[in-house]
Amino acid sequence: MRADPLSLVLSALADPTRRDMVARLAVADATVNELAEPYDVSVQAVSRHLKVLGDAGLVSRSRQAQHRPVHLEAEVFDLMTTWIERYRRQAEERYSRLDDLLESMPDDGGPAAPPTTRTPQPQPTGAQT
Amino acid sequence: MTATSTGQTLITIDPDVPLVRITREFDAPPAKVFRAHTDPELVARWLGPRRHEMRIDHYDCHTGGSYRYIHASGGNEFAFHGSFHEVRPGELIVQTFTYDGMPDGVALEKVMFEALGGGRTRLTTTSLVDSFQDRDSFVASGMEEGVRESYERLDELLAG
Repeated sequence: MRADPLSLVLSALADPTRRDMVARLAVADATVNELAEPYDVSVQAVSRHLKVLGDAGLVSRSRQAQHRPVHLEAEVFDLMTTWIERYRRQAEERYSRLDDLLESMPDDGGPAAPPTTRTPQPQPTGAQT
Repeated sequence: MTATSTGQTLITIDPDVPLVRITREFDAPPAKVFRAHTDPELVARWLGPRRHEMRIDHYDCHTGGSYRYIHASGGNEFAFHGSFHEVRPGELIVQTFTYDGMPDGVALEKVMFEALGGGRTRLTTTSLVDSFQDRDSFVASGMEEGVRESYERLDELLAG
């Protein structure tokens, strides 16, 4: 089964070594050997990490260049930020309705002012478009 | 790893644990915010997504209680249910959350009400699921129509 793209990106970034590699690639492209240098792991292990990052679309490698430097695909990050921002906005919408409700509730624990339409009717007037 | 804070609501997506955390402050004391989380009539007025009708089947918010509610939109119905594991007035709600369409999937949710002084409350909600994939589809599921478009864009990007 093919994992969805967001899962691939987030699980690729769940590993601290891969996050570190991404952070270094954000500064400049690098070869596999350059990427392997600071770690106490083999070039093969670094290649395996790069494959996970590549499968998630986070990095690419030039076919032409002799040393095939690894390049970070910044667009994928932008897309992920967009997704999370949408999720955030939805939570914010929910909570601004809660703001309005809290405003209409008395402090002494009595009943809240009735909604425009009685529950379980659709959302109060104005919430539906 | 990722937190956005352009508005009042802060979302944190943990890279090491399949967890989403939402933080938001309210201009009301904890007891009041808590009541809006436990009284079913009040819950129905804010919890559902916009443009969906929210119908509460039952909502017994006390330790050992359970809930079930339905979101209806354009002839489609999505039902959710769970158990209240620990409910402490004005402080804490720990509950499970399951989408009826995926009965084996379960999120553990913790809602914390923290007094900030001046009659304000910081509300922190964490949702923990048992795999990163579930967590990520959970984040993605909140995005409604926008998500398909985004996926198409990402597919194009990945194919390129």
